[in-house]
Amino acid sequence: MDKVQNNKAWFLVLPVLVLVAFSAVIPLMTVVNYSVQDTFGNNVFFWEGLTWFQEVLTSRQVHSALGRQLMFSGIILAIQIPLGILIALCMPKKGVWASVCLVLMALPLLIPWNVVGTIWQILGRTDIGFLGYTLNSLGISWNYSRNPLHAWIIVVTMDVWHWTSLVALLAYAGLQSIPQAYYQAAKIDQASRWKVFRYIELPKMQGVLLIAILLRFMDSFMIYTEPFVVTGGGPGTATSFLSIDLVKMALGQFDLGPAAAFSIMYFLVILLVSWVFYTVMTNLDKAEGR
Amino acid sequence: MAQITLDNLAHSYLPNPQSEDDFALKQLDHVWGDGEAYALLGASGCGKSTLLNIISGLLVPSRGRILFGDRDVTHQDTVARNIAQVFQFPVVYDTMTVGDNLAFPLRNRGMDPAYIAARVQKIASMIGMEDSLKRKARGLTADAKQKISLGRGMVREDVNAILFDEPLTVIDPHMKWELRTQLKALHNEFGHTMIYVTHDQTEALTFADKVVVMHDGRVVQLGTPEELFDTPEHTFVGYFIGSPGMNLIEAEVAGNVAHCAGHAVPLGGNYKPLKGRVQIGIRPEFVTLASGDEGLPMTIKRVEDVGRHQILRAEFAGKPVNAIMPEGMAIPADANRLKFAPERISVYADDWRVTPLHAVSTPAREAV
Repeated sequence: MDKVQNNKAWFLVLPVLVLVAFSAVIPLMTVVNYSVQDTFGNNVFFWEGLTWFQEVLTSRQVHSALGRQLMFSGIILAIQIPLGILIALCMPKKGVWASVCLVLMALPLLIPWNVVGTIWQILGRTDIGFLGYTLNSLGISWNYSRNPLHAWIIVVTMDVWHWTSLVALLAYAGLQSIPQAYYQAAKIDQASRWKVFRYIELPKMQGVLLIAILLRFMDSFMIYTEPFVVTGGGPGTATSFLSIDLVKMALGQFDLGPAAAFSIMYFLVILLVSWVFYTVMTNLDKAEGR
Repeated sequence: MAQITLDNLAHSYLPNPQSEDDFALKQLDHVWGDGEAYALLGASGCGKSTLLNIISGLLVPSRGRILFGDRDVTHQDTVARNIAQVFQFPVVYDTMTVGDNLAFPLRNRGMDPAYIAARVQKIASMIGMEDSLKRKARGLTADAKQKISLGRGMVREDVNAILFDEPLTVIDPHMKWELRTQLKALHNEFGHTMIYVTHDQTEALTFADKVVVMHDGRVVQLGTPEELFDTPEHTFVGYFIGSPGMNLIEAEVAGNVAHCAGHAVPLGGNYKPLKGRVQIGIRPEFVTLASGDEGLPMTIKRVEDVGRHQILRAEFAGKPVNAIMPEGMAIPADANRLKFAPERISVYADDWRVTPLHAVSTPAREAV
């Protein structure tokens, strides 16, 4: 069949191009623009080339924030993924209680970030907070606004409370899709509970778990609101993660150039990690479908 | 290995069954011989899965007992009953190799590694997968996976019975035949009691020594394929088995003659007066064409050539009647009558076969 050449048809994609331009391309390009220039106000800009990138890459402040960020993501993944799987395994498979559990599990996910932050900020306070006051009354010295370890404990606990249910719900969905015949067969084969998990449940959950890890990694790597509300990045810089540092740099000190360079690299890191995950997942799918 | 006794068995999914209709499985009393291959055959919803689940231990029957040998296993689970089962869809452990899959039931029972290796090798050669023992099971085709499932069911020597729950559903037609042949070979070699659930008559008839035909929660006939073909005990067996199934015609029977819509049909035996709904049944294989005044008047609707024979679709008194004609036989233009081989006619009262008082002549095949 002959293909009709009609280049005017390209105009039909114009609305999408305009939308994407205003929602993504132009803002992003503004950031790129800032990242290679310097200004002393009055809308006068000087070309700076890659200076800001070099500065950010060699900045000890950024390095330590990155270190804290990786540690934070590592800790919450190490807690949330196993805990989420464990919860999913314990949830009832059917009946009224299954629905009740699902609703209960979904509740933390429905609460806005800053509200979550406020809840935990108040909960942990020593003067009016239930947790902080109780701990201190029991003779355990607790003060998350002074002690970095306590600050970490409350930020990590808060994230676990907020997001473990997402992992649990995904894992639960994965478990529900396993046909009953697998469990019957395993029983007939006299497989132990551990072997059922190791050879049936875990392989069948692989896909959803990868998605869970990807989502939780990206989200925790970009976390801002909750630690900002609870600790404000403190005490000192103990809980200032990358985005908290970035906001301080951009809006606190108005260092637009370094902040822009920082944003771009931040974005690229997340993009890179997501791409790696995507590739791994599609390869797994291919192996499955073969 | 053991003989399976179904003693007074019945099952209802309702907590307080009131009438006969509440039972998914109606009263059963059977003894299934050790080392034989049985097929449970019936349409969907006839109770064959219920019966299989009762035998495998997934369901506890509402009434009656089930015995393996002399042991009452009614309240024991599948593991205690020492049964192997192959499911409708292949169940393989994806992350294990084919060999590990086959060895899994033995390893879990703490068998000697040398024995396991030998046994896996033997089963692998039976299912024709020696070459892929080291391969991961993930990514194999559905029939290869189902072969592994069959192999895993087969790998234990001491099982009391092996149950197959429509195991060839997901298999390509040309592979079905091969797998069925292998199953048959495995049965001949190891002599396990096998129970095979299917709704496919070809599968049932080629696989099993005895076929258990189920209809509406009841076992309507338990017999060899020949018995099912020659003397269907119930009209359901008649039309469910055979392609096309048995012709059933409303009739009044007196002595050795049946009257169908006013036309006399000679029968192969004498019958005492019958009550209820009376039908005569004749397989299309034993219907012949004739012309003239003898036999039942009919009109030919169409002729289907299915290759090895032709199926004649005709109508008698407004009801369809089928006949099977040899391949290549020209249908005579003046054919207007159907004739039935008298000794091949069965008489049914309220769907159940009535045995004649004494046969006028005995068909040769029934002696088999």
